[in-house]
Amino acid sequence: MDTDVKQYIDQKVNEEVARRFRELGEASSKPTRMALVASKGTLDMAYPPLILATTAASLGWEVGIFFTFYGLDILHKDRIHTLKVGPVGNPAMPPPIRALPFLKVPNILGVLPGMTAVASQMMKGWIARAKLPTIPELMDIAKACDVSLFACATTMGLMGISQAELIDGAKCAGAAAFLDYAAGAKVSLFI
Amino acid sequence: MESLKSDLVLDCKGVLCPMPVIRISQAIKTIGVGQILEMQTTDPGSRPDMEAWTKQTGHELLASREASGVYTFYVRRTK
Repeated sequence: MDTDVKQYIDQKVNEEVARRFRELGEASSKPTRMALVASKGTLDMAYPPLILATTAASLGWEVGIFFTFYGLDILHKDRIHTLKVGPVGNPAMPPPIRALPFLKVPNILGVLPGMTAVASQMMKGWIARAKLPTIPELMDIAKACDVSLFACATTMGLMGISQAELIDGAKCAGAAAFLDYAAGAKVSLFI
Repeated sequence: MESLKSDLVLDCKGVLCPMPVIRISQAIKTIGVGQILEMQTTDPGSRPDMEAWTKQTGHELLASREASGVYTFYVRRTK
């Protein structure tokens, strides 16, 4: 009888230990997760979330980006192609011209018509010269790397943007859904 | 290091972060486990980036060198 009980306990203990090891193994084989919030819709601010997302995916991580407020423009089929950088209220604008270091262009000239286009063209020139992908190209890479693209439901309602206007693969989600995703993330950044 | 023979050479010269890391993560899938990928880049941040990429992905950074602004990395695919 004693040996029966001992055998039974041994068997149960072994089963339980094996089950816990399996669980541990599953937990440790889960990829690192990163959750980003992209809240800005300017050409310069569209880069950091997409660069971090594509890099993290290249490290083998699971990545999700929550596009909210003007950040939703990065998920917009048309607006992703026309993101701009603003010269007004941007103390880094206009940047010093290397060939003419004595030339100090006052920031107030940024309010002149056409200056936003000039500033945006200038930044696109830097991007092309550095052979950095354009934002639409970087978005294609992100999609190819299985980056989850969450479109903020409130912003869609606020700005009257329909699912059909967003790039394919965008998933409409609220704050609770994103926080649930972010709760499982090791790295969370608000951009 | 002269004895290191690569099975594939990836030219990432002239492009900046994040492209070398994105391209190497795609290229490593095209060689077999145990094979060696050689990546050349001019990205000045590539050394810490490659150390981080191999640490995170588990592939093995066998050697690296820098000569006149070109960084060369040898990586063995481990899985």
